[in-house]
Amino acid sequence: MNELGQLARDAEIIVTAGSGGVGKTTTAAVLALEGARAGRRAVVVTIDPAKRLADALGLEGLSNAPSQIEGDWPGELWAMMLDTKSTFDDLVATHSTDPKQAERILSNRFYKNISGALSGTQEYMAMEKLYELHVTHNFDLVVVDTPPTRHALDFLDAPRRLTRFLDHRLYRILMAPTRGMMKAANVATRAFVRTLSKVVGTEVFDDAITFFTAFSGMEEGFKNRANTVFDLLASPRTAFVLVASPRRDTVEEADFFARRLAESGIAVRALIVNRMHPRFGDGLAEATRERARTLDGTALGGLYANLADFRLVASREEEHLAGLADRVAPAPVIRVPFLRTDVHDLDGLSEVGEHLFL
Amino acid sequence: MDPAQFFAASRLVIVAGKGGVGKTTVTAALARAAALTGLSTLIVEVEGKSGLALLFGREPLTYEEITLSPGGGPEGAADIRGRTLTPDDALLEYLRDHGMSRISRRLASSGALDIVSTAVPGIKDILILGKVKQLERAKAADLILLDAPAAGHAITFLLAARALLDAVRVGPINTQAREVLDLLTNADRCQVVLVTLPEETPVNELVDTAYHLEDRVGVSLGPVVVNGSYAATDGLDADPAEAASVAATTLRDGERESLAAAADFRRHRMALQHEQIERLATQLPLPQLHLPFLFNADLGPPELEALARELLDAIANLEGAHS
Repeated sequence: MNELGQLARDAEIIVTAGSGGVGKTTTAAVLALEGARAGRRAVVVTIDPAKRLADALGLEGLSNAPSQIEGDWPGELWAMMLDTKSTFDDLVATHSTDPKQAERILSNRFYKNISGALSGTQEYMAMEKLYELHVTHNFDLVVVDTPPTRHALDFLDAPRRLTRFLDHRLYRILMAPTRGMMKAANVATRAFVRTLSKVVGTEVFDDAITFFTAFSGMEEGFKNRANTVFDLLASPRTAFVLVASPRRDTVEEADFFARRLAESGIAVRALIVNRMHPRFGDGLAEATRERARTLDGTALGGLYANLADFRLVASREEEHLAGLADRVAPAPVIRVPFLRTDVHDLDGLSEVGEHLFL
Repeated sequence: MDPAQFFAASRLVIVAGKGGVGKTTVTAALARAAALTGLSTLIVEVEGKSGLALLFGREPLTYEEITLSPGGGPEGAADIRGRTLTPDDALLEYLRDHGMSRISRRLASSGALDIVSTAVPGIKDILILGKVKQLERAKAADLILLDAPAAGHAITFLLAARALLDAVRVGPINTQAREVLDLLTNADRCQVVLVTLPEETPVNELVDTAYHLEDRVGVSLGPVVVNGSYAATDGLDADPAEAASVAATTLRDGERESLAAAADFRRHRMALQHEQIERLATQLPLPQLHLPFLFNADLGPPELEALARELLDAIANLEGAHS
């Protein structure tokens, strides 16, 4: 059992981060499967799975509630696809003082826009869902796949972002119950607000004012929840796992995430590198290429040229990884070779598992 | 078809594809190929990644245009320039150009753009696309290549114009959205080139994205670039021991196994790739341009040059004019 296998047994929450196309969703699903195999009640929350994997996990459409996957493991395996908007709706319902307040907010056009589109909403709602699954649904292991963007870890700032948003002067001006405060605002501010409303249209402005008025009184609840979620993420019960492929650009993205986590005082617990080219024997690429050259024009020369290609790419991939491996040390680096086919069923997930938990 | 004619089909080409398919590399290779046909090219990057400039051996791009590759040389290549576009900078520039410089500074310092863009989703996208439209109208280069956000987001990004037309019915945002939509839906001004790998999941997503872009955004699709196919190589079917005796040489310990395993790996992957390329051709009736996988995984100016020439060859082999 390697360290990653141990994480699937011990961690309560695992967050996978990395750029798009590196196999993040698959990795998250394999980690949850391993948890279930170890007898735990595990759930994987994904954002945007490839269709065939989604089908394999029984994720038809957005239900925003986990569904169980049957299989011959001692624990339980559940999966769900995150629905940002309905998670936000639930959050509003939880924190509102009465059903009428919730209704006013949910039907507001400005709210409808921000619940789906405010930058960072998706990331933040993923964390909110994670907290709910962890606390309310008693899952032993919650594995969360993050969106494939540079902003994927912005939820670590969620408490601060939310506070900044709600404390914003513009917000407070909009919130002014009467025109009185508007009068008190200085000339420049008034001009500013007037110009803004000219640019975005008064309708949008009116919607915003209605929303903020309805939202009044709920700020504290939101802020407290954001802080609680952050504390959970920063605790040792949560493990952040980076997923990359051995290409220079995806390694750079993973490195960006590693630094981002370090800024929040969070350690990377494992680095998983998918799609590694296999290494055939231990000869050097250059010597192999030279041998191909001397045999040029023969079938053996062709075979050596091919071998040289793969030895070259394998050594380049290791070079790309070296810096990142140092940065995340002592976290283990787990290499997964190119698989013979794409992963889109439970057998495929098991095969990946054989490489992950060696 | 003639590469010069190919690149002259529309001034704006948007390059889009799922993360990890090499979209940025393809954008750079297209730029270099176009420059080799004598078209001055401007690359616009919107995600703040450093990869693009590195391909040209340059420092990361900034909002101020820089030259990525000066023209000239034996073939009389044209210049390639590059820049990034961020919504914040585009907004400031827009306000300055429309006599609102006084509020632009406040907007920047107060972080109010966050609030405004919250109130009007898609505004960040329209700010970027609005600026691209301005560059296109001003004929900033013979060819403008936009390295679009990754696939899922590319659809939202390009749909922003249509969505905003409904959300904001009057004023400057409405005007911007209308003009951007005019650009996106005019095949003589704008085309989208989709990039994929010859693998199952990327091909599936490419086909989905293609239909979404055509049906929902109404853009016109250029050829698909299939990136990263293993090039054919001789001798893969030979048995290493027999090949050695034919070449009158001997193999060291373990060498036979390494040669056989490497050949088997390539054959297997090439068969998979071929299957996916065929499937793509069946599901999406668009011409394909193929770029080879580069085993020298360290992409820099020489590799970029090689890819650009592969593209020119592939374009020259395309049949007839596409529309």
